[in-house]
Amino acid sequence: MQTAHESDLEVIESHHIIPVGVYMKVFGALMVLLVVTVLAAMEDFSVRLHWGPANIVIAMAIAIVKAALVILFFMHVRYSSRLTQFFAAIAFLFLGVMFFFTFGDYMSRNWIPQVSAFNITGR
Amino acid sequence: MNTAAIEAEVNHVPQTASIGELEFEPRNHYLNNGYGWKSWLFTLDHKRIAILYMVSITVFFFLGGLAALMIRLNLLTPYSHFIKPETYNRMFTMHGVVMVFFFLVPAIPATLGNFVLPLMLGAKDLAFPRLNLLSWYLYIIGGIICLYALTMGGVDTGWTFYEPYSSMFSNGYVVIAIVGVFLAGFSSILTGLNFIITTHKMRAPGLTWFRLPIFVWSMYATSVIQVLGTPVLAISLLLVAIETLLKVGIFDPKMGGDPILFQHLFWFYSHPAVYIMVLPGMAVISELVTCFARKPIFGYRFVAFSSIAIAVISFLVWGHHMFTSGQSAYAGLMFSFLSFAVGIPSAIKVFNWTATLYKGSIRLDAPMLYTLGFLGLFLVGGLTGIYLACIAVDVHVTDTYFVIAHFHYIMVGASVSAFLGGIHFWWPKMTGKMYNEGAARIAAMLLFIGFNLTFFPQFILGYQGMPRRYAIYAPEFQTLNILSTAGATILALGYLLPFFYLLWSLKHGKSAGPNPWRATGLEWQTTSPPPTFNFDVVPVVRIGPYAYNPAADELEDKRIEFEEARQKYEDNREQMNGAKDHNGNGNGNGHGAADRQDSQALHEETERDR
Amino acid sequence: MTAESNTLTVDKVPASDPPSDSSGQHLLHHHFDDMAQQRECNTLMMWAFLVTEIMMFGGLFCAYAVYRWSYPHAFAIGSHHIKWFMGSLNTGVLLVSSLTMAMAVHSAALRNKKRLVTYLALTLVLGWAFIGIKGIEWTQDYHEGLMPGIAWNYYDTTVHPHHTEEVQKLADAGVSPNAVKMFMVFYFFMTGLHGIHMIIGLTLVTILLVMASRGKFTNGNDQPVEISGLYWHLIDIIWIFLFPLLYLVSGIKLGGPLW
Repeated sequence: MQTAHESDLEVIESHHIIPVGVYMKVFGALMVLLVVTVLAAMEDFSVRLHWGPANIVIAMAIAIVKAALVILFFMHVRYSSRLTQFFAAIAFLFLGVMFFFTFGDYMSRNWIPQVSAFNITGR
Repeated sequence: MNTAAIEAEVNHVPQTASIGELEFEPRNHYLNNGYGWKSWLFTLDHKRIAILYMVSITVFFFLGGLAALMIRLNLLTPYSHFIKPETYNRMFTMHGVVMVFFFLVPAIPATLGNFVLPLMLGAKDLAFPRLNLLSWYLYIIGGIICLYALTMGGVDTGWTFYEPYSSMFSNGYVVIAIVGVFLAGFSSILTGLNFIITTHKMRAPGLTWFRLPIFVWSMYATSVIQVLGTPVLAISLLLVAIETLLKVGIFDPKMGGDPILFQHLFWFYSHPAVYIMVLPGMAVISELVTCFARKPIFGYRFVAFSSIAIAVISFLVWGHHMFTSGQSAYAGLMFSFLSFAVGIPSAIKVFNWTATLYKGSIRLDAPMLYTLGFLGLFLVGGLTGIYLACIAVDVHVTDTYFVIAHFHYIMVGASVSAFLGGIHFWWPKMTGKMYNEGAARIAAMLLFIGFNLTFFPQFILGYQGMPRRYAIYAPEFQTLNILSTAGATILALGYLLPFFYLLWSLKHGKSAGPNPWRATGLEWQTTSPPPTFNFDVVPVVRIGPYAYNPAADELEDKRIEFEEARQKYEDNREQMNGAKDHNGNGNGNGHGAADRQDSQALHEETERDR
Repeated sequence: MTAESNTLTVDKVPASDPPSDSSGQHLLHHHFDDMAQQRECNTLMMWAFLVTEIMMFGGLFCAYAVYRWSYPHAFAIGSHHIKWFMGSLNTGVLLVSSLTMAMAVHSAALRNKKRLVTYLALTLVLGWAFIGIKGIEWTQDYHEGLMPGIAWNYYDTTVHPHHTEEVQKLADAGVSPNAVKMFMVFYFFMTGLHGIHMIIGLTLVTILLVMASRGKFTNGNDQPVEISGLYWHLIDIIWIFLFPLLYLVSGIKLGGPLW
């Protein structure tokens, strides 16, 4: 087997190659989390924890961890430049803005009784 | 670039090729690098793509203007005598769709941005030339599809495609129009992506972020908005299309849908979109105001960051289009407050441009006239925007002509003025020719006068209560409507005139040379028109932008005077030598001792004068 | 092979095929200064494009969230109608395909043509398996009368008399069939849009496969594989969110039909 040449190294160092072991570990974690997701769905946490939105919160939390693993390791963001990391983060930030203000509208509609008539479900 | 190359550049080659070394009329440039339709339609050169865009945008502008003509002619009488009300509805829809999606959004970014940005950055091209070309093709295909729907079938929903009208009660051509707009949106996204990557990664050596011209900052901010906002338009239009095609009632109240949800998704893009339309205008103005006041921009960092601030805050204010829609009053409060906030960075820019003018050495060339027009019109448009941000006022004037006047002051008064100003400013660079200055000044003034006559009465009309999108209106509004239409004819003249003299200049204009305006900026450090790969020598930047200096201008004026005088002297000597020497051995340039003494004397004389 | 670590390491580079200029200068596009700049530009460009995809799906998720918040019971009922087991299976399939794609990128960087082709082929197979399972799901929904706009008659007792009890339960709970229909609309639209992106991704992978088998990516030009990998992983991430949001709204109750 040829060893890496100087010029090969130049090319390789300009982009990262992640060891296979890392990929395997991340994959293992992802599959475990998938099983956890399914198992968690078989249990009604909103009753257990006396908190209405418990189920969705737990499901989303697990999904966020899975997504983070894929982004950081499979998509190499953990090893990328600050700029790439910034690009990756900015989408979720603006998504947050969209959710925040839209839900702000819906959730505050029945704070004023007259306006709640405009709410489709009256919620 | 590796250090050795940079050192070679710095030590052996002038920092930037001095003007004297650039060809006045370059023999090989991007326009004559290949002829024939294939060399244009399959080009990867950002400058050619910019020209392609410029031509197509002009076509769409005149189509949208035609629709506007229909509108204004119809509004001459209150009873919709000119066209049927149904046709009127289709006309204002066509006007809106064409002008917003196919003219204003691409105009400055895709023409001036495409042409000038790589030059300003000292790059050989944009980062992704093929995507650039793809973006133009998507634009054209989207435009054709949309025009087909607008003219053949007729869409009457308004450019905002409000639900449930657009899916429940309008005709099926809405879906075709949506496909066209969808493609144009993609085109816009690709342009934005290209600009962002190019600005980050392809700046010339030494060109740090804070040495960039403000044009680049504002274009960058525009691109950020394009990338973050346009996809949401895509999804909201897709939802409308699905609803129309499958009749599934996503926004239909009868089926439990909420029309206001459509408005949230639509305006999430469409409000930042208006900043896509105005930020590039601001970009151009920053360049024009500095060049024609011969001063660096006042408060560079404030102006630069204000562009970014506008881009960010613009995403937080979309609900001000929905104050009367039925959204929550608390949401309205939030959006109102944030809408006041979004005016602040724009105001900072206006203050700084004004401060740049102060004590500047102002030259009232045509681009400067457009700039001054911009400043006044943007001020009015922006302030009336603040009035509209106030819920108490908005409740009364929403959906009236007040709103129409407000946004036309910004989109036409500001953006189009800036677009034309930029076209005039960079015309010599793009074509190598100068246009007729007198005609240009007249056109600029016609535009300003015509524009105000057209749209100022509309503020009054709106305040008095005339609703928008109505073919039939109350008779008491007729006088102002007639005035508005009269103004529109003058405005139309102001648009037509440049079309003629700019085209005329292509054949008969004076050659411009690399830097006819004596502007700073890397785009002026190459020939006019530039070579295909922009720079024969890669520029290395050591100083900030806008290094204008009136003293240097005076020196330059004197130098030109001297050169002209010397040239005249040389010509005279040639003539005299030619007349004296009957053998035809005229020495031409007079290198004899006597001639040297004479030119030395002239040189000394001029030196004393300095 | 290198030691297992999380820091950057350099694996041995086998002989490339065909032999070429190792520094990859021949792959440099004319307007770039050097390979590093080109590489960084390509990666950033793909990320910026992924940002647009995230915003697009994000808008859709926002609309879904608004309606789910408005009709929680109806959405729970709707979620019952779709097959959680097939959804879970699909999630597993996609996660494995993400791994095989990451391995393909790895192989391209190490210039191992055989492995690259193998992993790309595996990714392709898994991707089509996903589409296949989705197709089965959709066909079943169609037959059950759960496809709004095309075949929506689940709650129509004249077509499905055995659903009378369910219709009664709905009425008792005060839930409108239209609200359940809204869930199904979003289910089909979201998985459909995702499916379209999957097919685009599969087309990309097919093209990569053909070109990889000709050695186009194992001579230093591994960038196209890398950025296609980024796209593929995004499709996976979108599904990671879609799965719990659509399939697990009402939790999983064992004992029902799996398919």
